[in-house]
Amino acid sequence: MKILVLSASNVGNKTGIVTQKAYEMLKAKHSEHDLTYLNLKDKELIFSDGRHYLDYTGDTLEVTQAVMAADVIILGTPIFQASIPGVLKNLFDLLPQNALINKTVSMIVTAGSDKHFLVAEQQLKPILAYMKANVLQNYVFVRDIDFGLDSIENDDIYFRLDTLVEDTVILGKTYQEVLQAKEAAFGF
Amino acid sequence: MRANPHVLPKFDPSNGLEFGLYTLGEHVPDPHTGKQISAQERIKQMIEMAQLAEQASMDIFQLGESHQEYFVSQAHLVILAAIAQATSKIKLGTSATIVSTSDPVRVFEDAATIDLLSNGRMELAVGRASRTGLYDLLGYNREDYEELFEEKFELLLKINETERVNWSGKFRPPLKNANILARPHNDMKGLPIWRAVGNSAASAQKAGKLGVPIYQAHLGGAASVYQTRIRQFRQAATEAGFDAKELPVTTGGFFYVRENTLDAYREYYPHINEGMKRTNGYGFPKKAFAQGQDVRSIVNVGDPELVIEKLLQQHELFQHQRYVAQIDSGGVSMDNIKRTIDIIGNKILPKVKHYTRK
Repeated sequence: MKILVLSASNVGNKTGIVTQKAYEMLKAKHSEHDLTYLNLKDKELIFSDGRHYLDYTGDTLEVTQAVMAADVIILGTPIFQASIPGVLKNLFDLLPQNALINKTVSMIVTAGSDKHFLVAEQQLKPILAYMKANVLQNYVFVRDIDFGLDSIENDDIYFRLDTLVEDTVILGKTYQEVLQAKEAAFGF
Repeated sequence: MRANPHVLPKFDPSNGLEFGLYTLGEHVPDPHTGKQISAQERIKQMIEMAQLAEQASMDIFQLGESHQEYFVSQAHLVILAAIAQATSKIKLGTSATIVSTSDPVRVFEDAATIDLLSNGRMELAVGRASRTGLYDLLGYNREDYEELFEEKFELLLKINETERVNWSGKFRPPLKNANILARPHNDMKGLPIWRAVGNSAASAQKAGKLGVPIYQAHLGGAASVYQTRIRQFRQAATEAGFDAKELPVTTGGFFYVRENTLDAYREYYPHINEGMKRTNGYGFPKKAFAQGQDVRSIVNVGDPELVIEKLLQQHELFQHQRYVAQIDSGGVSMDNIKRTIDIIGNKILPKVKHYTRK
């Protein structure tokens, strides 16, 4: 499977740290898959102007193509102003309507307030569902107090990330099997 | 009721539902063999397709403009001129011409010239393009997507309807008493012009408002969805004071027919899915394609009986004047194109014409 780990923030380093950790865990245990790590902080995405995703150029095209090509996406996002960040909303807007069809998506959320789990539940999940993703229901929610200056300080986060990575890979694989069984049933 | 000022395509009810072929000029490998023919071979293939369609007594052959990778139809009107020479009675049209990024004067000159070359067989269907890479290529701004089209489409209609044109607008220098030649080979000295509509109800409504016929493209889903769209078009025309009965409707989409339904699906699906991955960046959902086996789906793929039943049911829903079939999408081989045309000519056309003739 093609697995993409995506850090959808262009501010600070916390989302980058946790997604990088998830990527290292994938590399250690699941190197048989085609693994990619992308941090939107390193990319210059233009604002969506409604064109077809293949008609963009440069970093914008690279990122949209990476998302479209993936079978599995581990998506890291911060919460700003009780909302997903603009850079992630823009990425969604750059993609076609059913962009996440047949893709398994899981989430790692970093936030400054416990209450912001609501954003993952009430805002991000419905968007992923609208875009037709197969969403892993459990996610890793990481608070600012779980971090040191440039590392994760709370050991429990490692365990939760480990669980998320394993669950994502298993769900992704299972979903691919379901898809194959479904397609085989058509008889053509 | 207002008199319709446009040059409308004429249909003879005793000929029944018109049936034709359209191609977008895709140039992709055949997914069954991995073989990619050359651009030159692909262009010659389309000319041969038009000749075979004519021999099979089809009513029209159409080619669309595309400037993207994986297409050979950048100069679609040049190819249509070659087809005009290679055929003698089949009508010719575009599917579609992107007027937004061209000068309407040049589009008219070229199409009218093809009309003269073909003894009055030429039509235009005009659209806004589903991909917008050609805006960069040809020096236009995507921001002007809607405005560019509306202005140039209306100018094209004006040129088509008046030999001397006075016009000024935003995207082209003014025309002052301009004598625009050549004039097409008919009493009205104009071409039938359709508005090509994709997945936009607003576009269909605009066509109705202007009193121009629509060419509705379809991919998958229930045929009844397009019935709603066509009803909105006719409603908008009626509200604008036009006689909706005067305004023809064409529908067009994927078409493949084999003696056995599953063979048709097995053969055509990889062409659609792999072809669209290349040309559109994502494939066609297999489930939506498989649902074509239900008579209510718009995907016209199956054995002759199923496809005939579907076409007749669509005719009841749409009350349309023409159906055009896309039989070559995604690198279908010439042998398979020929087989499809054979089955259309021998099995589909006689039945469809028989049941729709008035």
